[in-house]
Amino acid sequence: MVKMSGAQALVEALKRQNVEVIFGIVGGAILPIHDVLYDAGIRHILTRHEQCAAHAADGYARASERPGVCMATSGPGATNLVTGIANAYLDSSPVIAFTGQVNTFSANSSYMIGRDAFQEADIIGITTPITKYNCQVKKASEIPRTVKLAFHVATTGRPGPALIDLPKNVQTEIDEMDFSDNIEVRGYKPKTEPHPIQVKKAVKLLLEAKRPIVLAGGGVIISNASPELLELAELLMMPVATTLMGKGCFPENHPLSLGNAGMHGTRAANKLILEADVLLAVGTRFSDRTTGTLDEFCPDAKIIHIDVDAAEIGKNVEVDVPIVAEAKETLRLIYQLLVHQSKQRGNSPWFSRVKELKDQLQSEVDPCDCDLKPPLLIKELRKILPVNAILTTEVGQNQMWAALHFETHKPRTFISSGGLGTMGFGFPAALGAKVACPGCAVVDIAGDGSFRMTEQELACSVVEKIPVTVVVLNNSVLGMVAQWQRLFYDRRYSAVELESVPDFVKLAEAYGAQGVRVGSLKEFSEAMKKALKSEVTTVIDVPISPEENVYPMVPPSKGLNGVISG
Amino acid sequence: MSKEKNHIISAIVEHKPGVLYTVSNLFRRRGFNIESISVGPTEQSDLARMTITVNGDERTIEQVVKQLNKLIDVIKVSRLDPSSIVTRELALIKVRALDSKVRSDVINYADIFRARVVDVSSESLMVEITGTSDKIDAFLDLMKPFGVKEVARTGITALSRGVKSIKIE
Repeated sequence: MVKMSGAQALVEALKRQNVEVIFGIVGGAILPIHDVLYDAGIRHILTRHEQCAAHAADGYARASERPGVCMATSGPGATNLVTGIANAYLDSSPVIAFTGQVNTFSANSSYMIGRDAFQEADIIGITTPITKYNCQVKKASEIPRTVKLAFHVATTGRPGPALIDLPKNVQTEIDEMDFSDNIEVRGYKPKTEPHPIQVKKAVKLLLEAKRPIVLAGGGVIISNASPELLELAELLMMPVATTLMGKGCFPENHPLSLGNAGMHGTRAANKLILEADVLLAVGTRFSDRTTGTLDEFCPDAKIIHIDVDAAEIGKNVEVDVPIVAEAKETLRLIYQLLVHQSKQRGNSPWFSRVKELKDQLQSEVDPCDCDLKPPLLIKELRKILPVNAILTTEVGQNQMWAALHFETHKPRTFISSGGLGTMGFGFPAALGAKVACPGCAVVDIAGDGSFRMTEQELACSVVEKIPVTVVVLNNSVLGMVAQWQRLFYDRRYSAVELESVPDFVKLAEAYGAQGVRVGSLKEFSEAMKKALKSEVTTVIDVPISPEENVYPMVPPSKGLNGVISG
Repeated sequence: MSKEKNHIISAIVEHKPGVLYTVSNLFRRRGFNIESISVGPTEQSDLARMTITVNGDERTIEQVVKQLNKLIDVIKVSRLDPSSIVTRELALIKVRALDSKVRSDVINYADIFRARVVDVSSESLMVEITGTSDKIDAFLDLMKPFGVKEVARTGITALSRGVKSIKIE
């Protein structure tokens, strides 16, 4: 037992979790903690908006496998975190948020919880549906255990965000602290090992399958199951489609890789999913953007569903073999049982079909009449970037072009807001990823609409010396919405024009970053290479046509066979 | 799609502030319909039992159970099998009773239903009745012609029969 203040206990507890970086913004109700942080040896990165602190922590977590930590003051500081927390919740990212709160009691009783005090917001009530765990600490002595618990819950099972709310008087209260408490929680026991009978059932289905296919989601990345997935896919010569969150879990230059499935998936992935007789879904929640309309999803396939979260099984799609367990261990067991029974399938008709479809579609890739088509630019970017470079995306057309055309070879090198679809995520997430992996090149593929939502973090990137590259696919319009209006709303472009404001080159320069505008693929290539060597963040402004559509596309409320293209 | 009907779910939860909010918020957010919910302490002072009646089809109820299980403060969730449980609900019913004929009628009916008159005023009687929800519904129907002024029902609480119990370490 050691005597210290709540704020000191918090910082000590963070050190014990090996926290090296906190993204945040200081404010009145969290001053005691920042006072301790002043010389605590933990790096505090001052973002310019709390939403970006949460996104940066999220990007940090996704790039590094370590939990990301963000911090904000009470009231508006805390509520500004909310979008970032919701984003982390939907994409199962271990973000741990700390918020200041007004006093639990005070000599001036109007500055107290429940009295609508200055900068008071019920952040526990607000974040209950978007956190895996949240808690308001009522006594300083509870801090060590609460922090331990939050990290434990956030990083185990299906990861997710946690929030700890710290009233100001709890931060200053001095008490005996016990850091040795164990964190057994009777209401939280995540299951990791699969049930052997279910594994056997899965093996039987896979052995009998003539046209097996994998749908791999973010769970494969989270449980580091890429090697196991590769082994199993190659054993059965089974093609692999990924969800947006799963992109990178299977090398996309592999002959069995189909790329992403779903609304803006590849034609090969969407076609073959519908032709399969067994679908092995791993670490995916069958989101609507992946499945298209459910009535037409995998009509003839038996479905095996592996997920660590029992509630995901049977939620959207009824399955034949449910397996509640971590992907890695389950895939390993399935492989072990299969390896002695399965014969080589190199020349199966199914694999020929996979090859045929991939070749056929390869040759259909858009002929280009203009040098600066986004797909070509993104393919060019892939050629320039080393294999371990990290690509983040904003949300909208830029994201879907990146998902379709940025061949990803390694897990955790494609970071995107999948579930919540948060415009403005990519840039702060890139900063977080760069802090986590300072040796890697980090590039944010952005649209002008999305980048404008968090562009103020150029200040953070310059001042904190976190150099990344932002490639703005600038069509002066909210592109994906405009695409929907073009296709489904009779070209009635309501509220989407951005009118080319601001000038992104000048904007970057105003912040002390580099800005460059490019007019051809060659210029882009040069600018990009220069940016990779730069010690400050570079914004590359790439004017593109506002009429550009992302294809292929499965229109909303259509099945995966309803693909349209330009 | 299986048919929608009422199911009874029993959840053992941490007995601390905010848990009821967490649970009811889950139901709201996922669009599950709570028919009734009753909460009270258990034989262990740090645990509470929530008895929740939910309306939905089989798949919905399965989701309810799984989603409840995900909450950290929810320790154990079980679906109670209607054929082997005891369910009870308590209701307080205030009936208009201006004359002695009505009063004696109400008291007679209450006797038949093993209900009790617990308060009397010059213009009304208050009856306390315990039993299954059906029994309370039936009694309420009988009271309607007299004029029911107010009703307070607790919602169903339930335990499974026999020696089996939900044990929490």
